[in-house]
Amino acid sequence: MNETLWALGRGTGLVALVMFTIALALGIASRSGRPLPGLGRFGISDLHRTASLTGVGLVAVHLTSLLFDPFAQLRVVDFVLPFFASYRPLWLGLGTLAVDTLAVVTVVSLLRQRLGPRVFRTVHWATYALWPIALLHALGSGTDAGTEWFRGLTAACVVAVVAAVGWRLTPSYAGRGWARHPRRTG
Amino acid sequence: MPLGAAEGGVVTTRLHIDWTRCDGHGSCAELLPELLGLDDFGFPVVRFAERDPAIPRRDEEAARHAVRSCPVMALRLYEPG
Ligand code: HEM
Ligand code: SF4
Repeated sequence: MNETLWALGRGTGLVALVMFTIALALGIASRSGRPLPGLGRFGISDLHRTASLTGVGLVAVHLTSLLFDPFAQLRVVDFVLPFFASYRPLWLGLGTLAVDTLAVVTVVSLLRQRLGPRVFRTVHWATYALWPIALLHALGSGTDAGTEWFRGLTAACVVAVVAAVGWRLTPSYAGRGWARHPRRTG
Repeated sequence: MPLGAAEGGVVTTRLHIDWTRCDGHGSCAELLPELLGLDDFGFPVVRFAERDPAIPRRDEEAARHAVRSCPVMALRLYEPG
């Protein structure tokens, strides 16, 4: 039973990281205003939201299963206040910080029609910090962090995010693709 | 006959575009092609002479989808009255 919980905890954590990698890349893609082939513009936003909310769900399972893990000895407070856990406080604390940020980002995202674009966008910038924090947490506290496949998977996530953020920072990103791909009206 | 303009008498949902927010992202026109076109800069153009176009029943789902997908929250549905 404990083994199962532990495996569930690790697995959901890792898949959540993959989901947030996808969410980040798609968030950047949708912000660019360019359609993706087969998805269009709204399809990117839909997938972005689905990937993010799936990640949120996985994180919830991740927390619940590890709360009952007798080895890590976590208390509920460790899920809210970072850096006080007795077990690997720094690496776990980063996870807690990521959870806190994720909670705020998620609530603000879901209420964005009411809160308006200013608040939404400002808070949503935190996702650029959220991702590396979650990554460090995974590398620091993950039992599997030393294995080949874990390194391979996290390396793939890093490559995807670096590429997406790099593109976000290039001047052509802001051009929306209109100049190069003018659309016919009507 | 433009779509949506013909529903005399029935209270229909209308789509409001907040032009101070819209920044020509264009996903609304993809979802509501019969109601909205795009100008050369990617800003939506209502296809018939209505400020806030009435949404035909069969487009209501698509319209809600468009509201959700607008990245800058520039779209709103309302029922006049
Ligand atoms: C929880 C539900 C979420 C919702 C409803 C949501 C919704 C949105 C929306 C509407 C946009 C604007 C897209 C555009 O401007 O075209 C956006 C952008 C973005 N999102 Fe999310 N999002 C969520 C979670 C996340 C998460 C968890 C991450 C990252 C791990 C993320 C990363 C991004 C990024 C990087 C952008 C681009 C921001 C920019 O550079 O301006 N989002 N999101
Ligand atoms: S989706 Fe929103 S920002 Fe994009 S064109 Fe339509 S109203 Fe404007």
